[in-house]
Amino acid sequence: MAKAKGAIVVDTVRCKGCGVCTTVCPTKVIELAAEVNGKGYHYAYMANPDACIGCSNCGIICPDTCITVYRAKAGATA
Amino acid sequence: MSDINTIIKPENLIYKRTDVLSDNDLSYCPGCGHGTVHKLIAEVIEEMGIQDTTIGIAPVGCSVLAYNYLEIDWQQAAHGRAPALATAVKRLMPEKNVFSYQGDGDLAAIGTAETIHACNRGENIVMIFINNGIYGMTGGQMAPTTLPGMAASTCPHGRDVSHDGEPIKISEILAQLPGTCYVTRQSVHTAANVRKSKKALRKAFENQQANKGTSLVEIVSNCNSGWKMTPIKSNEWMEENMFPYYPLGDIKNQ
Repeated sequence: MAKAKGAIVVDTVRCKGCGVCTTVCPTKVIELAAEVNGKGYHYAYMANPDACIGCSNCGIICPDTCITVYRAKAGATA
Repeated sequence: MSDINTIIKPENLIYKRTDVLSDNDLSYCPGCGHGTVHKLIAEVIEEMGIQDTTIGIAPVGCSVLAYNYLEIDWQQAAHGRAPALATAVKRLMPEKNVFSYQGDGDLAAIGTAETIHACNRGENIVMIFINNGIYGMTGGQMAPTTLPGMAASTCPHGRDVSHDGEPIKISEILAQLPGTCYVTRQSVHTAANVRKSKKALRKAFENQQANKGTSLVEIVSNCNSGWKMTPIKSNEWMEENMFPYYPLGDIKNQ
């Protein structure tokens, strides 16, 4: 069965690396990067992009609102 | 990666930062619930289409700078006096949507009198109350809402209830007053709770438009700097320790 495919874009400049998004992701897509951003925070990124279902949990919980979420209908992408 | 780029298109957008939030970076610590609540207020204002008619009352505390983050009109109150200022604004401009945004030190300690009397008069305002059990901005001192045994900078061995009393459940007290129409306690530590909190905030603003009286939305939140924990650990600690004392859910809904 084809699942909806999602993707997120993290504003890595704004991200403070709190990691709250990693706890609410049902498919464990998000991890904190080994690199740091300009403020010295380990920003969030899609470590496992294929698993993203575009649920937007990460976007709505992000305290700094730095995650944008996209979702394509099942079967819309190859 | 090409797969992701086929998904990231305008027609597939399902969640983005609302325009009611300004472009300023929040001054809050990483993982602080303030940011999430600010975002929810902004989203509710956007969805209700009331950006031009909403006036917020900023408190004293970490969220004193809230006026930098939401693109609405603001007033800044003296410590604890946000309900009194909200009363004045609402009475002078009854067509506006007025809300106060306060922490536990502001609403439940320094501003207890203003809080109780505004609720008792049934002022037609929304009060948003962030309860993190500590004075976050000034260095993690004990607040009236600090849990028994919980360490703070002014009670390093934990709150001693024989000396300091039990933590005050201000929302339960305010629910007793006839002037309040809606008193609820929510949190923003999981996605499901964020969605519930947003519904509660929307209901509070709708109550104001229906002239029903005072709506109080308490959000039990974390203070990872004050509690000296990581953001994720502080959310777990909050679930284990804060929620048994401050149970989530509607306390009054009329």
